[in-house]
Amino acid sequence: MIRVNGEDRQLEKEIILQDFLEREGYQTGRIAVEKNGGIVPKSRYAETLLHSGDVLEIVSFVGGG
Amino acid sequence: MRFSKEEIQEALCLRHTHEIQERLDRGRVAVAGLGGLGSFVAVALARIGVGHLHLIDHDQVDLTNLNRQQYCMGHVGMYKTDALREQLLEINPYLDIRTDCVRVCEENIRELFAEDDIICEAFDVPESKAMLVNGVLGQFEEKKIVSASGMAGYGNSNEIRTRKITDRFYLCGDEVSDSRNGLGLMAPRVGICAGHEANLIVQLLIDDGAER
Repeated sequence: MIRVNGEDRQLEKEIILQDFLEREGYQTGRIAVEKNGGIVPKSRYAETLLHSGDVLEIVSFVGGG
Repeated sequence: MRFSKEEIQEALCLRHTHEIQERLDRGRVAVAGLGGLGSFVAVALARIGVGHLHLIDHDQVDLTNLNRQQYCMGHVGMYKTDALREQLLEINPYLDIRTDCVRVCEENIRELFAEDDIICEAFDVPESKAMLVNGVLGQFEEKKIVSASGMAGYGNSNEIRTRKITDRFYLCGDEVSDSRNGLGLMAPRVGICAGHEANLIVQLLIDDGAER
């Protein structure tokens, strides 16, 4: 079980962050990912393994300023 | 009419108290993107006398900007950095204002923001917003970033909020109203969001200033 944006999510098996983001339909050029209180650099998405108990906050930016 | 530095300082202290004003004087804030959000944030911070402002934008003022950005007809065609600095100095000629007329990219973040304590993300394009937030949080250990997402359209004022994502990353906006979904950007709602950014920056300056 991991927590994503305040919701519990069941993971059948461990998954790489990059794969999780793609599976969930996130556009990786428009997001910032915080895991357990710290930001995950984009360069580490492909090597970050999500474990049970991880808390993720994925911020998706929309246009306008 | 021109006032001395002491007169302006006294007027600010009368409104804010000496203790608070000292913390605002010491503030070092960068505003990245000088559109509807950034121009509003910069004016608000200049009015209360935040001592060191760093204005960053590569673009010129366009007539279509005037529906929400703090520029006037006479500024059309000027670089936003120059047009905004001119206005801030009209409010308070003794502020330390640095301008950089450049496009921010991952490669220049470290050098560009080296002297700023708080960075206000005020870009328009979502990819630029994400680039700056990831860049600042990834390349610096201490600096804080206040970002904005979701302020297009009108109405629903109370859906615009400020959220703390981490100790160094705050997000303002409703997080959904995308300017690309046919919703225009209009002064009132962009102003509410910019107000959230500016108000949080003030809170960080005053509360963190108390710890020093």
